[in-house]
Amino acid sequence: VLNRRCVEAAVMTGLALNCSINKKSLFDRKHYFYADLPAGYQITQQRVPIAVNGSLSYSLCIDNKMSQMVTKTVRIKQIQLEQDSGKSLHDDTRSQTLVDLNRAGVGLMEVVMEPDMCCGEEAAAAVRELQLILQTLGSSQAVMAEGQLRVDANVSVHHPGEPYGVRTEVKNINSIRFLAKAVDYEIQRQIEELENGGTILNETRAFDSKLGCTVPMRDKEGKQDYRFMPEPNLPPLILYDAKSLPANMNHQQVVNIDWIHERLPDLPSVKRAKLVELYGILPEHSFTLLNEDGLTEFFENVVKQTPMKPKKVIGWILNDLLSYLKEHSLTVKESPVSPFLLADLLNLLEKKEISSTAAKQVLAELWKGEGKSPLEIVKEKELELIQDQKELEQICQAVIDGQENEVIMMVLG
Amino acid sequence: AAWKGGLRFQVSAALKEGRVTPTELCQRCLSLIKSTKFLNAYITVAEETALKQAEESEERYRRGQPLGVLDGIPVAVKDNFNTAGIETTCASNMLKGYVSPYNATVVQKLLDQGAVLLGKTNLDEFAMGSGSTDGVFGPVRNPWSYSRQYKEKSVPKSHSEDKDANWVITGGSSGGSAAAVSSFTCFAALGSDTGGSTRNPAAYCGVVGLKPTYGLISRHGLIPLVNSMDVPGILTRCVDDAAVVLGSLAGHDPKDSTTIQDNFKPFELPNLTDVSKLSIGIPKEYHAPGLSSEILALWSKAADLFKNAGAKVIEVSLPHTCYSIVCYHVLCTAEVASNMARFDGLEYGHRSDMNKSTESMYAATRREGFNDVVRGRILSGNYFLLKQNYENYFIKAQKVRRLIANDFVKVFRSGVDILLTPTTLSDAVPYTEFIKEDNRTRSAQDDILTQAANMAGLPAINVPTALSERGLPVGLQFIGHSFQEKQLLTVAKWFEKQVKFPTIQLEEVKRHDHDVFQHQKSASFS
Repeated sequence: VLNRRCVEAAVMTGLALNCSINKKSLFDRKHYFYADLPAGYQITQQRVPIAVNGSLSYSLCIDNKMSQMVTKTVRIKQIQLEQDSGKSLHDDTRSQTLVDLNRAGVGLMEVVMEPDMCCGEEAAAAVRELQLILQTLGSSQAVMAEGQLRVDANVSVHHPGEPYGVRTEVKNINSIRFLAKAVDYEIQRQIEELENGGTILNETRAFDSKLGCTVPMRDKEGKQDYRFMPEPNLPPLILYDAKSLPANMNHQQVVNIDWIHERLPDLPSVKRAKLVELYGILPEHSFTLLNEDGLTEFFENVVKQTPMKPKKVIGWILNDLLSYLKEHSLTVKESPVSPFLLADLLNLLEKKEISSTAAKQVLAELWKGEGKSPLEIVKEKELELIQDQKELEQICQAVIDGQENEVIMMVLG
Repeated sequence: AAWKGGLRFQVSAALKEGRVTPTELCQRCLSLIKSTKFLNAYITVAEETALKQAEESEERYRRGQPLGVLDGIPVAVKDNFNTAGIETTCASNMLKGYVSPYNATVVQKLLDQGAVLLGKTNLDEFAMGSGSTDGVFGPVRNPWSYSRQYKEKSVPKSHSEDKDANWVITGGSSGGSAAAVSSFTCFAALGSDTGGSTRNPAAYCGVVGLKPTYGLISRHGLIPLVNSMDVPGILTRCVDDAAVVLGSLAGHDPKDSTTIQDNFKPFELPNLTDVSKLSIGIPKEYHAPGLSSEILALWSKAADLFKNAGAKVIEVSLPHTCYSIVCYHVLCTAEVASNMARFDGLEYGHRSDMNKSTESMYAATRREGFNDVVRGRILSGNYFLLKQNYENYFIKAQKVRRLIANDFVKVFRSGVDILLTPTTLSDAVPYTEFIKEDNRTRSAQDDILTQAANMAGLPAINVPTALSERGLPVGLQFIGHSFQEKQLLTVAKWFEKQVKFPTIQLEEVKRHDHDVFQHQKSASFS
């Protein structure tokens, strides 16, 4: 029995990736024997998948500087619905395999991209953007470490102008960082192999994160004939749009593409554009905001609570708050400094009660999470800006008096 | 007992009026099962649970709140339907000892109506076969082998010969269910029909065998053979009873995506008296090679019966009939190969002791668990599904299947209401003769008249018609329009009334348990 929510998720994702949604798609059985495949076949969509011919735009920084971003596109070949298999846990010490069948049969959405990317960085950026899209849509939490998003990379090399080379499939990639590493390693390996007069085998390789390299996988030997056959228990999947929906059809029984389209949330690219427009921040800032889970909310919360210009606030968010979080491997949610506290601090700065240097010192104190308010810290450390002109003159005079020689040097030029 | 039409088993009336109690009925059936053990119709007899169900039913009758017509009625179920808590083996070593955690939808529906599940009936292994001879629990014997009618007509070859040697087959693959109904051990039984597996044994055992339209009754819990052709089949002693059971089983099941969404309304069969508005089609291609002259004559007589009663009887053509058996074999084996892939010994069922590697364990398990028939079909099916063969075999067969289905559409559209054909090529053959040919050959021969209905998804029913010269039952088949079971059964009922098929006179049993048998006989007529 087909899971409705899976169909809706696939349609949403297809629409978000600019795909054509196939109003009629079919299900097939892909046969092979493996311990984690209890039925001896996997239900998938080999003949006619649910969505085809889309595109995904993503951005890269040139030369690792956040100041210059370039937009690239990767074509989406198709999106297909299929079943998950179970999980195999190999116990080599006891020469046995433990099979966990809990996730067998659960719905999966496979997004197939065309080979439009040229290096690990591009692959990573594309997948990162896809991850954000999926999370925004609610199709998936897409956390790679939890297996919610699994990425297999197909890599080949060729001389410019020549046809694409033989590709290898790289599996066992557990994070976006490793994806970039695996792709780059494999590209290097293939180039070296070919330059040494060798050939590339159309094989499946596993990424070893400890060694940072790819190794051939033992299990998949030789080409398999999957004996595809139409899935007889699932009739063709028919989707409707406003035009094709019959009048007397029970709305609970059908999936309406147009209805889903109307309810699509703002995609990351749209969200970023809105942030730039609304707050006057730079495009690269919007990328960082969206890239960190919860950072946009944090930023917007601070902006609400302070008259300081968002253009200035963003600096504090991205340079100070974020770097501190990264240093201590904390997520935004785990930040000891709340939006309220930060806004409080920024207000002191805005009112010119403290200098920006002082503010940084206060922030450092706030990180300790001792529950003191910014004002309390300022008082404690006597960081108040002196507003009194006369007092300032006295201090300056004292400094000058103590440095007579230097002052004379300066005056003389 | 006089004929009574309408939506009821005569025995239901007896239950309602208290003339017999569910527990009495259940005990008698169980006792009869014991005394007819030599038929080998049952693989598992669920004595304890059946008696419990009977008691619960009795309680309901006492309170005047029976669940319906089926409350308290003893039934049997073919052993390829999942039954919670009761072993389900498919007559195979692969599933020996397997106890399912759930009931097939049709089983659940019967139980929800208060039916008493006596046990699981014997079949060909995994429902592959047309004799009910190839299961691991041995062959099923046709009750008519022990009937006076057969014994009178059979010539003993020699005095010293074992009286038993001449027993005839039930047909298959739902032979156990057919034998169970035929020998009065239950009032209705579930079979399955993929190429004729309900209608074939129904014909040989002299009972009504209904194959419903594909998509009308849920297959959830029926261990699949060919997903695109399988249907649960209904075996009863008369057409009215079949209508009752159909009424309790049909309808959309959310757990089976191949069941239609339309609401199904159970119906009562009218007593048709005027057949002048009926158009009966006689497909000439069903005059198949090997059709016995006896059956040919009977078929002709039946056509005349309709004609003389005022119906329009015309010859029609289903030109692609000759290709259907081959086409069926390609599609059937392909789906079988796919459906049998799940039996790897890991999750349930038999697991081989071979443990050198996963692959070798799989191979050994499947070799040990499946018989030759099953393995043969798996190998053929996988061959047809190979990339290089897929187009030439599987796709081509699908196209031919469409042509076959269209043959029926054309004929029905031209105004024909019902098709009348023989069900089998002859009456039941003796077991010793049947096993002279292998399963594949036999299936090809015996399915020829029945499997086109499975290819086209149409409803079809076997109605016992007369006894052959050897004193064995012969049935005729009616094929109807998709989802027009009411019309099909109405015509079948009219025909049943006309032919007055005789009751089996079971000699052996009579000797063993005269009273039980007598009561069964009178209580079974509807």
